[in-house]
This record gives sequence, structure tokens and C-alpha cells, in this order.
Amino acid sequence: MGRLLFALPTLALLLYGGVAVAQVPLATDMTGKEGLDIGTSTSEIAITSDFRGADLTIFGSVTNSDTLLLAIGQYDVIVTLEGPRDDTTVRRKDRVFGIWVNRTSMTFEHMPTSYSLASTRALSEITKPQTLTDLGIGIDYMALTPTGYLSSSANLKDFREAFRRIKQTGGLYQGEDAGVRFVSSSLFKATLRLPASIPDGVHIVHAYLFKTGEFIAERELHLRVIKTGLEDSISRAAHENPLTYGLLSVLLALITGWTASLIFRRD
Amino acid sequence: MTIYLPIAELSVNIFIILGMGAAVGFLSGMFGVGGGFLITPLLIFYNIPPVVAVATGANQVVASSVSGAITHFRRGTLDVKLGLVLLVGGLVGASLGVFIFSWLRRQGQLDLVISLLYVVFLGAVGVLMLMESLNAMRRAARNEPVSLKRPGQHNWVHRLPFKMRFKKSKIYLSVLPIIALGFAIGILTSVMGVGGGFIMVPAMIYLLRIPTNVVVGTSLFQIIFTTAYTTVVQAATNYSVDIVLAFILMVAGVIGAQYGVRVGQKLRGEQLRALLGLLVLAVGLRLAVELVLTPDDLYSIAIGG
Repeated sequence: MGRLLFALPTLALLLYGGVAVAQVPLATDMTGKEGLDIGTSTSEIAITSDFRGADLTIFGSVTNSDTLLLAIGQYDVIVTLEGPRDDTTVRRKDRVFGIWVNRTSMTFEHMPTSYSLASTRALSEITKPQTLTDLGIGIDYMALTPTGYLSSSANLKDFREAFRRIKQTGGLYQGEDAGVRFVSSSLFKATLRLPASIPDGVHIVHAYLFKTGEFIAERELHLRVIKTGLEDSISRAAHENPLTYGLLSVLLALITGWTASLIFRRD
Repeated sequence: MTIYLPIAELSVNIFIILGMGAAVGFLSGMFGVGGGFLITPLLIFYNIPPVVAVATGANQVVASSVSGAITHFRRGTLDVKLGLVLLVGGLVGASLGVFIFSWLRRQGQLDLVISLLYVVFLGAVGVLMLMESLNAMRRAARNEPVSLKRPGQHNWVHRLPFKMRFKKSKIYLSVLPIIALGFAIGILTSVMGVGGGFIMVPAMIYLLRIPTNVVVGTSLFQIIFTTAYTTVVQAATNYSVDIVLAFILMVAGVIGAQYGVRVGQKLRGEQLRALLGLLVLAVGLRLAVELVLTPDDLYSIAIGG
């Protein structure tokens, strides 16, 4: 126990196989109850537009842990990375006069645009489904709350399934039954998958600690994802200065058309 | 070689886009059409989201109509006054069109409406062109002279009030049908991403009885402003103009158009029009098939309420 009190948890965020490693001293909880610490070497990730996905490694440690329980693997850690949240609409097509038309839709409140999960074991082995649902951990357990009233016989289950399926086939939602392992008695390493189409904005790293199936502690960290490169500057300009962007697009077209008429002038 | 389109958010092969732009530019030069009504469906076939295809198509038409309008202005076949009256209706129509566009997008019906409009317009225009050119071919085979008769020099359009004199076109005409025509085409510009020349030109000739020599130049002049306006409004409200995609298309398009003009002058008109009619029909048919086939996934998701 004493050894742990003096341990400085080593916290690191490794991107692209480990470019940046930093040691951050943390205040250690002295109360005797188990705690959880995680950290990143940076609060910002810059990715270029040719980004094809990468692994994000997060180190953390369990403080005040019971060495005996730790040794027999009674502690479990789940780490998630949630993208910026926004309402998301799911639509279903039906055939109308022979044509496929979006007929029914359902909007889910504040859904993370991307989601990755890593854990020491399969979620179902860590704790009860009810606990996972209460905490909203895991693709199958996260809250999918429809907004507004539910129109008639709207099949909530089908829409939820469709949402999870499309997010997973598109690679934006990824869950693994592994990815977190203890590298020493109290230090753990979580490997999360960053999808190729990771949205920019503030992402949240959540770490949850469980002891013999009981939820004990939680930590969160903010991580800003910034896309760099020409393409993303253009995309940002289009969203942040839309009027200027539109005028520039027109100007470009006018110049192109006018230049062409000068070059190819035949009379 | 692939290039990432920042607004469409996907990687495309630059040579396919260049080829598309050049081919449509070639056709537009050959037939004197803007080409917007071909470029937008082609982009949709290439998996560019319809929202982006329409707004970017409008931007591309700005470039192709500028070079065309300049040529007509030099030749004196452009009636600026008539163009400005058309433009009044055009800008109002384009504003309403963008409003409809955004509303349809929120309802999740935008892609469907764009496809349906294209199926209807491409189908109708394709059939009309094919019929007209087949008739012309038959007449040529029988050695009949082409009829220049315009049945009834005046129709109901010429009895409307608020008449105005257009010196260049040598007509005295009510502004109401001109504004109405501009308005209708303006809506199509923002909803379909077309200049609308393929509808405006026949409407000006057959409905308003404007002399044929000024029709194309004047419609191109008007199209520059409605498509430019639509581009700016689309960029400001739907953030859907992809400047990278538009630039590749317009460069390939203006070059293709120059060769199209040269080839067009050497070939027989009726056969060319029959070919274009067939092409237009094929594109419309392809869109129609996609509406009817069962999609791979009945569900789709979109960010936002």
C-alpha cells in the first residue's frame, strides 16, 4: 500500500506508436478509497487530411488499490473516447408508388459523433448490464433517447439498431472486448482506435474503474482534435466565413470563365 | 491520383472529375448549352452527396456562362435590358429556391426531390429533342425546306400590361411573362444546380417570341447572375459549395467547351441533337432506376435534428 502512495503515476498519450510521452505529477487520493488517474501528454491532437486512422494509447493508474484483489484480477477498467455530441436523425425509406422515399424518422438526443471503447474484459464479464446502461458505457448500452413525441407505432428498437449498425459499419463507433491491460500492478495501458473520419472538436476520454463488478470511480479528460492541412482550412472557411467563401467561389468562377474567353478568343 | 474534396468529405479520382468536366464542357460547347443539367446527375452517380452536387454545379455554371456571355456580348447578340428584367424574377426565384432546398434538406426529402426533378426534366427534354431532331432528319431526307413559319405572331402573352421596349431584341413586350420566366428558372437554379438555359431558351423563342439571335446570349447573361447569387446563398445557408470540386470542373469544362464549339460547327445539327437527346434520356433513366431499385440499407443517418 505504502509503495503506491509514493508512486507517481506515469501518464502518457501515445499517438502514431509513441511520439510524445510526458510525466505528469498528480495529487494522489489519501482517503483510502480506490481512485483512478489518467492523463495525456497533450490536450490537442493535430491530424492531417490524409489521416487513415491511428491508435491512441492512454496510460493511467489505479490508486489505493487492494494488492490482493489486483493480483487476482478483480479490478476492471473501461476507457472510452467520445466525439463531440450532436442530435442525430435516423430515417427509414419505404416504398411509395414504386419509389423509395424517406418516410419515418427518429432523432436521438446528444449522440457522440464518434465513439471508441477499450476494456480489460468483455463488458458483460465486468459488470451487470443494468450498471452499464446506467452509466451509458458501450455501444449496446449507451442512451439513445428520442426527442419529441414518438410518432405512432414508431419502432424504437429498429431505429436504435439501425443507428448502431450504421455508425459501426462507417467505422465511427468501435468497441473492443480488450485494449486495456495492466502493465504493472497498478499501471494500465488503454489502446483506443481513432477512426479515419474522426470529427474535429472536443473529444472526451472517460475512464471507469470497477471492483468485482461494482462501479467505483470515474475520470474524464478533454482532448481537442484539430484537422490541419489545406483541405481542412477550406472546410473551416466554408463553415466559419460562409459569405466570404461563397463570394470567393464566385470570383474564382468569374476569373476562370473570363480567362478562358481571353485564351480561346478567335475573333 | 486521388484528391480529397473538403466539403463533399470524400476522396475522388481527379482524372474522373476532369474527364466529367471536359466531356460535359465539350457537349455544352457543341450544343450551346450550359451543361449544369448533365454535371449534377453525373456527380450524384459518382457518389457526391446531392446537396454538394447541386450547389457546386451552380458554381461551375457561373464559369461556363461567363465565357459564353462574353463571346455573345462581343458579337452584339446580348440584350442587357432584357437580361436585367429576367434577372429580377431570377433572383427572387433563386431566393425562394434556396429556402425550399433548405426546408427539403431538413425534412430528409432533398435527395429524392432532386432526383425526381431531374427524371422529369431530363425525360421531357430528352424526348422533345429526340422527336424534333428525328423530324428534322426526315424532312432533310425528303429534301423539304425547313419551315421558318412561326404560327401566329401574337399570342395571349402579348396582350399583358406593363409593356416595355427592348431595342436590341426589337420587341415591345410586357415585363410580366419575362419576370415570371426568370422566377421559375431561378427556383430550378437553386434546387437543381442548373443554369436553366435548356428550358429558358425554348421558352423565350416559342412563348415570348424573342428573336432567336439574342436569346442564347441574353439567357447566358442572366444565368451568370442567378448562378452566382445561388452559389453565394448556398454557401451561406447550406455550406455545400465545394470550391475544389468546382474549380476542377470549371477548368476542364471551359477547355472542353472550346473543342466542342469547333467540332459542333463541322457536324450535322440534327444528328447531334438526336445524340444529345439520347444521352439526356439515358441519364434521366439511370436516375429513375435508382429511385425504384431497393436500396442496400433502408436506414440512413444525418447529424442534426
